[in-house]
Amino acid sequence: MSDGILKHHDRDELHGITVVVSGKSGRTYVGRWHERQARGVVMRDVAVLESGDPADWLAKLARFGVPPEHRMLVVPEDEFGGVRRFG
Amino acid sequence: MPYPELMVRPMREDLTRLGVKELKTVEDVDAALGDQQGTALVFVNSVCGCAAGAARPGLMMALEQGAAKPDALYTVFAGQDLDATSRARSYFGEYQPSSPSVALMKDGEVVAFMHRHQIEGRGPDQIAQGLLAMFEAHCR
Repeated sequence: MSDGILKHHDRDELHGITVVVSGKSGRTYVGRWHERQARGVVMRDVAVLESGDPADWLAKLARFGVPPEHRMLVVPEDEFGGVRRFG
Repeated sequence: MPYPELMVRPMREDLTRLGVKELKTVEDVDAALGDQQGTALVFVNSVCGCAAGAARPGLMMALEQGAAKPDALYTVFAGQDLDATSRARSYFGEYQPSSPSVALMKDGEVVAFMHRHQIEGRGPDQIAQGLLAMFEAHCR
């Protein structure tokens, strides 16, 4: 087996992992964590729930996958409310 | 932009040496999935070391261990064989694109799907267990 040579040892441990980011605005963001910068969290292939209880929405995404509504999105630092792994 | 073929060849061979047939063109995909009967696994390969680097050996373990297996094994390579991958995804219905991922099809319909988010952070043995559960449920 090849060793999967494209690893990014210069990135943080969540790099490339699909996460759920809670926004202080009430938005919920699901996508792949790219990196955290001074301006905020950079995510890729992101779906966004504008408001409300995300439980049903997350369950649908768990079954059918994450629709890439935004190829890249920055969650501003003052919007960032927390992160957890998805899946 | 696709990576140099020399770099991805070992990742292709991880699967082809298992008997998984590569679908590299739209025509290949349509021939395999256009009138698909029985069960077929479609592995969407990826250069991502963190996820695909575990998914490929996970598939190998599942094929070695499983009593029930899909009738046919196919793969497309996301980011490399762009048109073929896009065409394969057109057969996946409402399942969203991700790579690596694994679709299990039966008589032309997706009956089980392992998304990238179900592969990330897991080892080959855990991925194999997930695949074996899919095979047990749908391949007998």
